[in-house]
Amino acid sequence: MQTKPDSILDISDLSVHFQLQGGAFSRVFGVRARTVKAVDGVNLTLGRGEVLGLVGESGSGKTTLGRALLGLVPSTEGQITYHDRERGDRIVSALRGQKLRELRTDLQMVFQDPHAALNPGMTLEEAIGHPLVIHKIAKGEELHRRVVEALEKVGLSPVERFLSKFPSDLSGGQKQRAVIARAIILGPEVLVADEPVSMLDMSVRAKILQLMLDLKQDLGLTYVYITHDLASAKYFCDRIAIMYLGRVVEVGPTEEIFANPRHPYTKALLAAIPEPDPERMVPRDLPRGEIPDAANPPLGCSFHPRCPEATRECGWESRDLRALIEEHWTRRDPETYQREKDLVGDLEVLDEPSVTARIGKGGSHDVRALLDRMRAEDEAEPLWSGVDEIQDDGDGVRVEFHPADGPPLRRAGDVDVACVLYP
Amino acid sequence: MTPVELHEPVSEPVDQGPVLEAVDLRVWYGTERGPVKAVDGVSFALQRGEILGLVGESGCGKSTLGRGLLGLLPDGADRDGQLRFQGRDMLSLKAKERDAMRGIDLGMIFQEPLTRLNPLMRISEHFEETLRVHDKSISKEEIERRSLEVLRLMGIPPTRYNAYPHEFSGGMRQRLMIALTLVLRPAFVVADEPTTALDVLVEAQIIRILHDLRRDFDTALLLITHNLGIVAEACDRVAVMYAGEIVEIGDAREVFTRPRHPYTRELLRSTISLRTTGLNYIDGAPPDLVEPPAGCRFHPRCPDAMSVCATREPVSRDHGGGTRAACWAADLADGLVTLDEHEKAALPREEISVADEA
Repeated sequence: MQTKPDSILDISDLSVHFQLQGGAFSRVFGVRARTVKAVDGVNLTLGRGEVLGLVGESGSGKTTLGRALLGLVPSTEGQITYHDRERGDRIVSALRGQKLRELRTDLQMVFQDPHAALNPGMTLEEAIGHPLVIHKIAKGEELHRRVVEALEKVGLSPVERFLSKFPSDLSGGQKQRAVIARAIILGPEVLVADEPVSMLDMSVRAKILQLMLDLKQDLGLTYVYITHDLASAKYFCDRIAIMYLGRVVEVGPTEEIFANPRHPYTKALLAAIPEPDPERMVPRDLPRGEIPDAANPPLGCSFHPRCPEATRECGWESRDLRALIEEHWTRRDPETYQREKDLVGDLEVLDEPSVTARIGKGGSHDVRALLDRMRAEDEAEPLWSGVDEIQDDGDGVRVEFHPADGPPLRRAGDVDVACVLYP
Repeated sequence: MTPVELHEPVSEPVDQGPVLEAVDLRVWYGTERGPVKAVDGVSFALQRGEILGLVGESGCGKSTLGRGLLGLLPDGADRDGQLRFQGRDMLSLKAKERDAMRGIDLGMIFQEPLTRLNPLMRISEHFEETLRVHDKSISKEEIERRSLEVLRLMGIPPTRYNAYPHEFSGGMRQRLMIALTLVLRPAFVVADEPTTALDVLVEAQIIRILHDLRRDFDTALLLITHNLGIVAEACDRVAVMYAGEIVEIGDAREVFTRPRHPYTRELLRSTISLRTTGLNYIDGAPPDLVEPPAGCRFHPRCPDAMSVCATREPVSRDHGGGTRAACWAADLADGLVTLDEHEKAALPREEISVADEA
């Protein structure tokens, strides 16, 4: 694979899928196992010395992608290449056993929860020196010297006060410093930091981020910063990849993403950040709903059911119709709801993803009239633009939606964006 | 006590005073080392339909205050001072009277909705239980009518009335919790970090719901959060808590535009927001509440500390614009006190190392 000379990690067409086992019932009766596409065809390049942000909500696949970079979860498809200056290229996604362990001296991880990432039975000296012991790099005096050095680098000084402490003696900020000390003690090139400050009190978040920036400078590190918090990503990252349901939907230089967000999901995330700005009020035009089930993603673009800018081309389908009818019923009085419910019948038939939706049991004329009323009530609802036609079908109707594929990442200005609005 | 009918207009209470009023309220926990002064002399009032944000670092007594107002305290904790709900003295009530007020007058919305819902009970059964506790004779039809009404306001479709908690997403569960609290129409609700476990888009949806509560329910809300952005967007007033005390309270816009207390100012500066151009933080950590520092409790961490701050406790004073703050430096700046040269001298700051960080 052709790579730019300055890249340190290359991710190409990477997918990480998890098989869901299902319960005892589905195993006995052989119901097909479901697959969660946690990471689904991601292409990214990590430049040497840069900070790349992976930003998204929970369920977006950002943590799985981060773990895959270190070989902590096996990749299903595609590959990750680590360009080691000394030892040449290594395919992270193909390494196993001893070879994978050797990789830890070059790629390391900082975990989200410092309270869980340290062994409560180890003193700081043992915990931070542990990687050197495991990799048989240092022992005795040398080990002690390097632990002291690492503690000093992360600001845990006077060192003597900390060496014999247990994690339970430390505050959240101090624990995270210890976790960072353990991550840098092997002298890695890349640190994958998964929400390193989100569990900390706000008064120390800035302090830990500053420490990480200082360490990057001193040790020449490259960071992958995983977060749901766009505000800290804006300050911390050189480039940002916005993820949604296993895919990168927008990626580009930080300034460009914030100055000129293109994907409707990026715009929504930016609008939703609560800002301590007295002039701002509660945003009113928020995307509806929540991140969908990754084992059963929407047809077409994954974001279309929530997208305020969705068009006819976004992949409308049966489940969207169900959601719309249910939402309509939150605005009806109890009698109307009961009448319409009897007319529409069972909504569960819409749960199987399909561009054809068959509903109704109270007569095709009345069902069609109900849909017309819903449409007249909210002409702007983008779902209606995706309806090709509505046909009578027995005592109900069949709604045919316009079929569409999910948009790939395409160049738009200085960024890449996966949205039909940027063809 | 008869529950208020949902369809009829809520009867105006004769007393037009505040819904809730705390004067010099204290909540202390007994420990082997001595009492933990988690809430130590807090005074504020909350009007009908008003949203008061309560902010501060972890360990400053925010949650204890929230629970203390509802009387939800563990054994070994005690309250004193004054606490009045709709004019009624809450601290002299018998345990039975106090318990009877919970739910119907005083509500609570917790952080983790999944742990508060019974996984074996349908949503309809949760509502049935909640409503029956307060009115044993209520009919099934009445329960359904009232539940569906409040669910509708939370944007939960009536088709989901008989579903189980696991069939809902995280944001929907938090809406359910809010609906279960509001179906009894309490006049006062405490929401303790209601959006901390949620994603940013869902968080914004929930904040909008809380913000609209006053329109639909006329509820007074105490919103406890560590997120200053949420306060700016959803609250009318804000109270800043430090080491068991309210150090500043006032109109949210005013406090965010012109913070009087250095703690409020530093808290705002240390928040990383989209407008952040440099990283700021507060050195050190909140003090041990068994033996808080003498004088102003913030003085060891305060960049503006004067020698008076280390010895004399500041008094909460009116600083104009509806803001009250307890700070010698702010008093001096607003000409509320006169201090001699010795008292005004900058306090030499002890080195605060990482050893004391939060």
